[in-house]
Amino acid sequence: MPMDAGEIERLIKAKLPDAEVTITDLAGDGDHYAANVVSEAFRGKSRVQQHQMVYEALEGRMGGVLHALALQTSVPEGDNKSDN
Amino acid sequence: MSEQDIQDWIRKQIAAHDVVLFMKGTRQFPQCGFSGQLVQILDHLGVEFKDINVLEDMALREGIKAFTNWPTIPQLYVKGEFVGGCDIVRDMFQVGELQQLLADKGIAHSQRTTVA
Repeated sequence: MPMDAGEIERLIKAKLPDAEVTITDLAGDGDHYAANVVSEAFRGKSRVQQHQMVYEALEGRMGGVLHALALQTSVPEGDNKSDN
Repeated sequence: MSEQDIQDWIRKQIAAHDVVLFMKGTRQFPQCGFSGQLVQILDHLGVEFKDINVLEDMALREGIKAFTNWPTIPQLYVKGEFVGGCDIVRDMFQVGELQQLLADKGIAHSQRTTVA
């Protein structure tokens, strides 16, 4: 049973309440999404750890009902926004 | 193979080869777009690697996910360390971090960053 974008966002935000989540449906089949997740909780964590945090939020659906999630994770930009 | 045997077998493969790619299919015939992307990157960098086709054994396909607590395939290991799946390795390649990691670990490769 495919997932819808709203459910993915809800699950991620339940685990990472401060997260900014942007989801793109890549194929319209509920199975192939891209997600960009920005959260303070990622600060100091390796890319692998950041992605594992998101996979944990998805409670085992990753690699199951959710076949493909092209994932980008990052921390919020610092207060001192660069001008360029 | 029992679950423990699978974990031991995986550990041996990772220890026996500098670069190991657990993938769907083989480097000649990848059977998944994500696996194919990593084969392309590694071939492009001229990296010697061991390809392991997880489709040959369901216990291996599930075992490797448990081994790293990583739910998807492909999975790349360099000198025994899990580097990441398709997204992470591709991102690292695009910003030159993969090339730096290979250099740091003393693994022969070419420095090119773009894939045709």
